[in-house]
Amino acid sequence: MNELSIDKLKSRFQEKIDNDIKIEPNDWMPDDYRQTLIRQISQHAHSEIVGMLPEGNWITRAPNLRRKAVLLAKVQDEAGHGLYLYSAAETLGADREETIDDLHTGKAKYSSIFNYPTLTWADMGAIGWLVDGAAIMNQVPLCRCSYGPYARAMVRVCKEESFHQRQGFEIMSTLANGSPEQKAMAQDALNRFWWPALMMFGPNDAESKHTEQSMRWKIKRNTNDELRQQFIDVTVPQAAMIGLTIPDKDMQFNEDTGNYIHGPINWDEFWEVVKGNGPCNKDRIDVRRRAKENGEWVREAANAYAEKRARRKSA
Amino acid sequence: MSKKEWPLWEVFIRSKAGLNHKHVGSLRAADAKMAVVNARDVYTRRSEGISIWVVESKDVYASDPSDADSLFEPADSKIYRHPTFYDVPDGISHM
Repeated sequence: MNELSIDKLKSRFQEKIDNDIKIEPNDWMPDDYRQTLIRQISQHAHSEIVGMLPEGNWITRAPNLRRKAVLLAKVQDEAGHGLYLYSAAETLGADREETIDDLHTGKAKYSSIFNYPTLTWADMGAIGWLVDGAAIMNQVPLCRCSYGPYARAMVRVCKEESFHQRQGFEIMSTLANGSPEQKAMAQDALNRFWWPALMMFGPNDAESKHTEQSMRWKIKRNTNDELRQQFIDVTVPQAAMIGLTIPDKDMQFNEDTGNYIHGPINWDEFWEVVKGNGPCNKDRIDVRRRAKENGEWVREAANAYAEKRARRKSA
Repeated sequence: MSKKEWPLWEVFIRSKAGLNHKHVGSLRAADAKMAVVNARDVYTRRSEGISIWVVESKDVYASDPSDADSLFEPADSKIYRHPTFYDVPDGISHM
């Protein structure tokens, strides 16, 4: 294909984006757009899958059967979300096995929040309320993303996530209204997850290298700082409602804008965790790798069984 | 990793009696039977369906998006196929 026609294809592509026409798998798209989406969707998928681990840690120790059933359902949803997203990445030509191996070799990233440990039952509350709450803030605009399969997967994910956040808030609210020890446990979980939850939105806009291009392609609809602010503004009153304190002594309410202005975020910590030096990075990847290796014989057996059945059918 | 990957399947769900099966996404499974069971777990955890079809993705033959103009143009130009093309005189009803 000559230069001229590629330019023409590119401008036609951008015109579709500008007119809010979705891009579908077989449509022509610039290679950068494809690569950006593969990177983002596979990271998102990995986050869903690795995200099962901190919560899976508490399934056997849930305080009662209701909480246990709810937590199981939530973790199963996360697995489902990972699968929606891996399929969406495959529509762009990403090889599923390679995508998963990239996670296991450390080549691909996932959300840093899952590299923090879950030390008490209250962490199940904090994760549902804050981590799923932040994820929803990020994902709602992605329902309007320019790439059709990603947008459709996000619609399903968002529908399912709202129960995740509510069950987390319910846990926090129950603990916060319980004994002094239970309330202290809830406050401790909030103290540990608040800042990592704010970091989930990514670096400040000035530092975010992908934002500008992603917004032009309508992969992203809001900047990191906009979404972070939205999250803070809805969450601060929720904490007050259940009598918990946001662990930010510098936080101020701006009467003119109606925004809660947060204190400085420890970006050094963020980058350390991104680089692999968080409290649980190594453990998370080890668990995923072992899961794949230990499941190898099951996948092989399923293949052998499918082949045997196919042979019988043709005989 | 040269192990044989499970094939990719396209999943179609009928949400309730009287409606068409509709494409909802795809998944990997060793065979059709397993694809149906996986589709149940992945796509119908909240009573989204009463019936599932699975088709191996490689068996789907699709129209080429770059042919869309010539493929669908004949329909665009035949505006007389739509009721709004016709003038119905005042006073005529039930038409």
